[in-house]
Amino acid sequence: MAFLWKRLLGTIPSLLGVIVVTFLLSHALPGDPAAYFAGPAANAASIAEVRTKLGLDQPLPVQFLRYVGDLAHGDLGNSLTTGQAVTTDLLQRLPASLELTFYALVFAVALAIPMGVWAATKPDSLVDHLCRASVSVAAAFPTFFVGLLLVYIFYFLLDIAPEPVGRLNEILYTAPPHVTGAYTLDALIAGDFATFRACLAQLVLPAISLGLFALAPIARITRASMLQALGSDFTRTARAGGLPRGKILITYAFRNALLPVSNVLGMVFSFLLGSNVLIEQVYGWQGIGAYAVTAVLASDYAAVQGFVLMMAVLYVLLNLLVDLLGTVIDPRVRFEA
Amino acid sequence: MTAQLTIEDFSLVFRTRHGTVRALEDVSLSVERGEIVGVVGESGSGKSVLAYAVMGLQDAAARVQGGRILFGGLDMLGAGEQALADVRGRELAMIFQSPRTALNPIRKVGAQIEDILREHANLPSRELRKHAIAALARVRIPDPERRYNAYPFELSGGMCQRVMIAMALACSPFLLIADEPTTGLDVTTQAVIMDLIRDMSRDQRMSTLLITHDLGLAGEYCDRIAVMHAGHMVEIAPVEELLSRPAHPYTRQLLAATPTPRSTVEGLVSIPGQLPDLRRDLPPCRFSARCERHVALCDEAPLPWTSLSATHLVRCRVPL
Amino acid sequence: MSRAATLGRNIGHAFGENRLTLVAVAILLVLLVCAAFGTALAPYDPLMTDSTAKMSPPSGLHLFGTDALGRDILSRVVVAARLDLGMAISAVVLSFVLGLALGAVAGYFGGWADRIIGRLMDTIMAFPLFVLAMGIVAALGNSVLNIILATMIINLPFYCRFARGEVNVRREMGYVEAARMGGNRALPVLVNHIIPNILPAMMVQASLNMGWAILNAAGLSFIGLGVRPPTPEWGIMVSEGASFIISGEWWTFVFPGAALVLAVFCFNLLGDGLRDLLDPRRRV
Repeated sequence: MAFLWKRLLGTIPSLLGVIVVTFLLSHALPGDPAAYFAGPAANAASIAEVRTKLGLDQPLPVQFLRYVGDLAHGDLGNSLTTGQAVTTDLLQRLPASLELTFYALVFAVALAIPMGVWAATKPDSLVDHLCRASVSVAAAFPTFFVGLLLVYIFYFLLDIAPEPVGRLNEILYTAPPHVTGAYTLDALIAGDFATFRACLAQLVLPAISLGLFALAPIARITRASMLQALGSDFTRTARAGGLPRGKILITYAFRNALLPVSNVLGMVFSFLLGSNVLIEQVYGWQGIGAYAVTAVLASDYAAVQGFVLMMAVLYVLLNLLVDLLGTVIDPRVRFEA
Repeated sequence: MTAQLTIEDFSLVFRTRHGTVRALEDVSLSVERGEIVGVVGESGSGKSVLAYAVMGLQDAAARVQGGRILFGGLDMLGAGEQALADVRGRELAMIFQSPRTALNPIRKVGAQIEDILREHANLPSRELRKHAIAALARVRIPDPERRYNAYPFELSGGMCQRVMIAMALACSPFLLIADEPTTGLDVTTQAVIMDLIRDMSRDQRMSTLLITHDLGLAGEYCDRIAVMHAGHMVEIAPVEELLSRPAHPYTRQLLAATPTPRSTVEGLVSIPGQLPDLRRDLPPCRFSARCERHVALCDEAPLPWTSLSATHLVRCRVPL
Repeated sequence: MSRAATLGRNIGHAFGENRLTLVAVAILLVLLVCAAFGTALAPYDPLMTDSTAKMSPPSGLHLFGTDALGRDILSRVVVAARLDLGMAISAVVLSFVLGLALGAVAGYFGGWADRIIGRLMDTIMAFPLFVLAMGIVAALGNSVLNIILATMIINLPFYCRFARGEVNVRREMGYVEAARMGGNRALPVLVNHIIPNILPAMMVQASLNMGWAILNAAGLSFIGLGVRPPTPEWGIMVSEGASFIISGEWWTFVFPGAALVLAVFCFNLLGDGLRDLLDPRRRV
């Protein structure tokens, strides 16, 4: 339990840094922040009004304290485009992004880890070279380009994928009653399998496009750490003990190879959360990424900052999760803490 | 006595990018029931390669060129992977140097012993834990119930080696191969580990093949010693005879280079020259380039074995 | 050894990494020539619209076809090389130099400098990097220069941490120690004795990083940041072509996208090749 607290405390400096950066991005940069917050259609009077309302005429430290105070109340300001509180907007759209990211991660892990393991058991074989080649090629494809290519092939040419109109074709289906906000989960809870299948069908292409870029780092590190584990002394001991091949591969080699794999997951999450923005744009996905793009283009300042902050907090929490996963895998990490 | 392990005219090469390494040539050795045999040589002499070949765990680049290895009734070179896996851990066990890395770092030592028992011992699952703890107790690990739950990094090197021995002996094997089991351990722990191995083999009538570079250690614990040099077996003799009357010039040099309680640092002699490059064409006697007794006859193939007695064999034209 | 394994090894040798690196270098040279002389090489003016040839598929006249305004896509793809490679290269060069400087200071002096710089880099890394880049461009203003700046900032930690580690190790080495004992001050020691030794490894890092920088810059312009139409740029061209997917005009987005893939792939190959050259043991 002590190590859990230690890890939790360890995230505080990161969170603090994140808050300072988002504050600086919105309050201490060239130009007139008040003009930013007032939006492109503002005149001198409305800018002045915004300035006093947001306290932008105060010195920076005071503004910072006020910013932190607002954050503590969950107040990220109001969006100019939707007219709602940014917090409300983001929370409304967050489940869509999380659902997409989750499926993308599942796709990437489910494909990359077996590939890496397979390649490591047959180093220098045809399988190994094919794996390495396909993985490097996948790493060169911009996510948004992959997204468009998949739409072109599977929707336009082959017509086996549904129209890329977001999470659900609302002309044909109605969204499941809101419980978690994740459509596939909510549809299952409601017992509506037709809607569940429709939601899943909408998810397939975006999740693959998003996951493809995460494939390369996971497969590479799996292969490398598997090779190392298979060549290790303890694998040799297991073989000398006459243990069955499957046991050696899974319990001895793979479990040891998992720690380096969990270490690259942090980088993978950075990719996934960032690329989310691009994929949501391609597929008309109504998540926080698409919201942020609209906000950026409309100079909707509070909305953009809220989005950046939320993504960063999400990322810090995901890294914490990965960290905890590492302690589950490796008892040594647990004892060091 | 019946031979537990018979190695006959065994030859093995490594195919590498830089040529073929003739790592073992015409090696013969047998180990009787309950006997402790030492294989002694410098690093690079092929003694570990021999040990791994007996286990059937040789490197992917290794190619067997000829000879036989018989373990009990089983032809180890002809047996399939399944038959080998069945024998390993049950009838034939091995312990290694650097015991800390030889154990799975993220698995409790008790669970690692149970893995072996589950595979070979035919026990009901609920009995596994009891037997694993008994195995730990047998190698004189204090407080075995607590140690059962320990991870290797929580144990000292000597304690890890005891766990390795407990694992190896868990199924009461007929033959234990110990590859430099005390390298990297401090001197007092070395003696404890070696005493343990010797007592275990006496108690269980288990044969032991001790692979070591330390002639002194082999002299103390073995019944017979085989000396290897550059992939050749050069001399085999009962331990007292080998130590008191070495017949091969290499054995004598090894003895001179071995510290004893009475020797001084000045009295120790290092062996001149280096091991020959095993990728080149080699003379019949691979020691000839380092040998002060070298005569013309030495370059005539084949190099025969000479019997000095029924049990003392030497492979030299001009033995001492 | 199985037959598949032997076959694999042969293929591995036939397309050996080195030959692949050469191919990558050749393609990169072509791209760099496009970047340098794009306007002269392009068969058409990349901005010239032609209402008689809207949306024509690839043909002898327009190898890559034309877009919705009748502009020649081949010309636009060729000319765009300058902007795309230019943004990525300048961002990487900037973060290389700044990262090296910060990392060297942190690694050489340690103490407070190290702690502050380290904290700064950790803070950058606490963001999903593309999201941070979006935030920076949104804050600084929507321009190409700010895209470069944002890409520079999100690449900074990689160079800084790498340089810090290397400098820290080398600081204690004999030849550096000797130079310090000889009365050399910090800056000459760093510049003359330490930095030249870590440059090769940093260069490998940079070429591995280039592909990623290209993807980032193009991603930002794909969502409409920085580059404004009608400027030819691969990301924005893909974005413009995207609306025609549903009607099947694939050439509008496939060619600029393919140019991106090619550039990124070549830089990745080059980076891998350089790394193998420098340190064959680190191959994974």
